[in-house]
Amino acid sequence: MQRHLISAADLTRDDAVLILDTAEEMARVADRPIKKLPTLRGRTIVNLFFEDSTRTRISFEAAEKRLSADVINFTAKGSSVSKGESLKDTAQTLEAMGVDAVVIRHGASGAPYRLANSGWIDAAVINAGDGTHQHPTQALLDAFTMRRRLIGRDAGLGQDLSGKRITIVGDVLHSRVARSNVDLLHTLGAEVTLVAPPTLVPVGVGTWPCEVSYDLDSVLPKSDAVMMLRVQRERMNAAFFPTEREYSRRYGLDGERMAKMPGHAIVMHPGPMVRGMEITAEVADSDRCTVVEQVANGVSIRMAVLYLLLGGNEPAVTNARTNEEK
Amino acid sequence: MSKILIRGAKVLGGEPQDVLIDGEVIEAVGTGLSAEGAEVVEAAGKVLLPGLVDLHTHLREPGREDSETVLTGTRAAASGGYTAVFAMANTFPVADTAGVVEQVYRLGQEHGYCDVQPIGAVTVGLEGRKLAELGAMHESAAGVTVFSDDGKCVDDAVIMRRALEYVKAFGGVVAQHAQEPRLTEGAQMNEGIVSAELGLGGWPAVAEESIIARDVLLAEHVGSRVHICHLSTAGSVEIVRWAKSRGIAVTAEVTPHHLLLTDELVRTYNPVYKVNPPLRTERDVHALREALADGTIDIVATDHAPHPHEDKDCEWAAAAMGMVGLETALSVVQETMVDTGLLDWAGVADRMSVKPAQIGQATGHGRPVSAGEPANLTLVDTEYRGQVDPAGFASRSRNTPYQGRELPGRVTHTWLRGKATLVDGKLT
Ligand SMILES: [Zn+2]
Repeated sequence: MQRHLISAADLTRDDAVLILDTAEEMARVADRPIKKLPTLRGRTIVNLFFEDSTRTRISFEAAEKRLSADVINFTAKGSSVSKGESLKDTAQTLEAMGVDAVVIRHGASGAPYRLANSGWIDAAVINAGDGTHQHPTQALLDAFTMRRRLIGRDAGLGQDLSGKRITIVGDVLHSRVARSNVDLLHTLGAEVTLVAPPTLVPVGVGTWPCEVSYDLDSVLPKSDAVMMLRVQRERMNAAFFPTEREYSRRYGLDGERMAKMPGHAIVMHPGPMVRGMEITAEVADSDRCTVVEQVANGVSIRMAVLYLLLGGNEPAVTNARTNEEK
Repeated sequence: MSKILIRGAKVLGGEPQDVLIDGEVIEAVGTGLSAEGAEVVEAAGKVLLPGLVDLHTHLREPGREDSETVLTGTRAAASGGYTAVFAMANTFPVADTAGVVEQVYRLGQEHGYCDVQPIGAVTVGLEGRKLAELGAMHESAAGVTVFSDDGKCVDDAVIMRRALEYVKAFGGVVAQHAQEPRLTEGAQMNEGIVSAELGLGGWPAVAEESIIARDVLLAEHVGSRVHICHLSTAGSVEIVRWAKSRGIAVTAEVTPHHLLLTDELVRTYNPVYKVNPPLRTERDVHALREALADGTIDIVATDHAPHPHEDKDCEWAAAAMGMVGLETALSVVQETMVDTGLLDWAGVADRMSVKPAQIGQATGHGRPVSAGEPANLTLVDTEYRGQVDPAGFASRSRNTPYQGRELPGRVTHTWLRGKATLVDGKLT
């Protein structure tokens, strides 16, 4: 494992499987009456959020607290981010406070990379989503969810996603979730197909390790998991698609379309969902939809990442359990 | 002013010759010239060129003296072997009136490191709506002949057409920063494989090429000449080549950085590589080199764009666009064009001195190295190789993409009308 987690592309297959396996151990902790491990006691983690995302911040915060870390929330939204110095200044402030890790969410692609590589700060940097670039813990929790559902909780241990066919549908162009998932799923041996109107696929996608299709109906029967991406209504004002209705008709997932998927196939969504746009309420509320599980799995994955980046070589759960039982 | 004998220099890279300067002019060129009464500069092994001329410099004064001034910018120019620079109009206030261009012109004259020829804005405030008083700027003491809204594209076809037509009355030329604005909203880097991965807004080649195509056709229609700033794509090369074959009066420039660097560097998210137009692909780099060699691209221009440290020491999206270039231009051209065998030193003199002086009508610059000509000269140690160290720059800014990179060639002497502005690599 590297010191930082900036991009899903930085993870090897073995790194990724280790994180997924560790997350399964962490998930067991959540099933216990006392959900806390002493692993990161005395370590300070800052959640540095330059962009609003209560869901992601709460998920990291829960993970950090379950590992007994000291948590500082720093929400810099609204400060003069556009001026640029604020990232460096903030980083140096945190450095002076002696933080061990920075979980950063930023509207500018590359901001976590800069934070990790500019000599501004010594702490480990974990990317919690940067612009339209990457969101590696989201990809990890998605892979974790797929492995559990498609292979099994115990059967999945030590396994990757070889041969699984994953379809990602929606605004690929503006999606860090799509980029992270393509990278990670490819590393884990899955076959990825992106489905979107051509306007929402980046020029240059040809080098990505995936297929691209403009026809959702033809891809659904060959999918083990279908991940619907959020599509912002405002995109139609920039002519990415004509109307909301036309988008839903061509690329939205409704009950009729879901019926074309194999019986075992799941529907995923990174949230927040735009019901009626990319997904109907019927699909969102069906038991094939893993949205709620994904949220729970997010905490386990983030615990695993924090533990592996900060916890050193000692085993997390076994050791901790002994300590706890003492 | 006393006499100077430059002894044994390879004039334009040719056989060693002596060049005798008397006062402001070259008195004689030959072998075995007498050193009597002259200060001798031993130049054996070095290449002597006419003083370089940069058609595209941002001197930042007035308004952004924290990044560069006419003094620091012209010292940087002298240090890089330049004897004349054309100062872009995007200052604060904008150089869209006779008053501002005269101020910049006079500052250049006072400091005496390098002739400063101001470029006038095409439109008031660079806003693309109303023509600036182009005639008044031409008639001013600055004698403006090149007009550009550089930094912004004159995207309105009618305004561009009128500007092209209007400046014919006094032999001016419009230099276009070709960037279709709608296609480049939120653009952060070249649109392609790398931007797709990095999730940075794309600046597509077509946004440059479509404007160039339109403008060469406009120039043809109204019988004007047009100059294309910092051409950066293989497609732009094809359009200019086609236009020239049709007899359209188009000239074009390429920057040193577009001859050397590609968008792969953006993977570092280091804003020192953020520039407009953006770094393109390997294929574009090769097309640009070939076009400069075969004359499709007429000149090298630096687009020297100084920025203070804090404007680059931040995340990519927040950073300013631009690179300093005056002090590394000749080295980059040697690396990419001479050492690759694409261009000889006479070719370098043509692309970096003769042609830019012609396009900008810089009197007394870009002249042959021969008796009776103004002594605007640059002496280059072409055998030198060394790492670029921005700490040694004369420019006020340090935003170079070449820090630590080894490059060939070093300007050791520059003479502006017989007066040394650079001696043994040190500014006078
Ligand atoms: Zn420009």
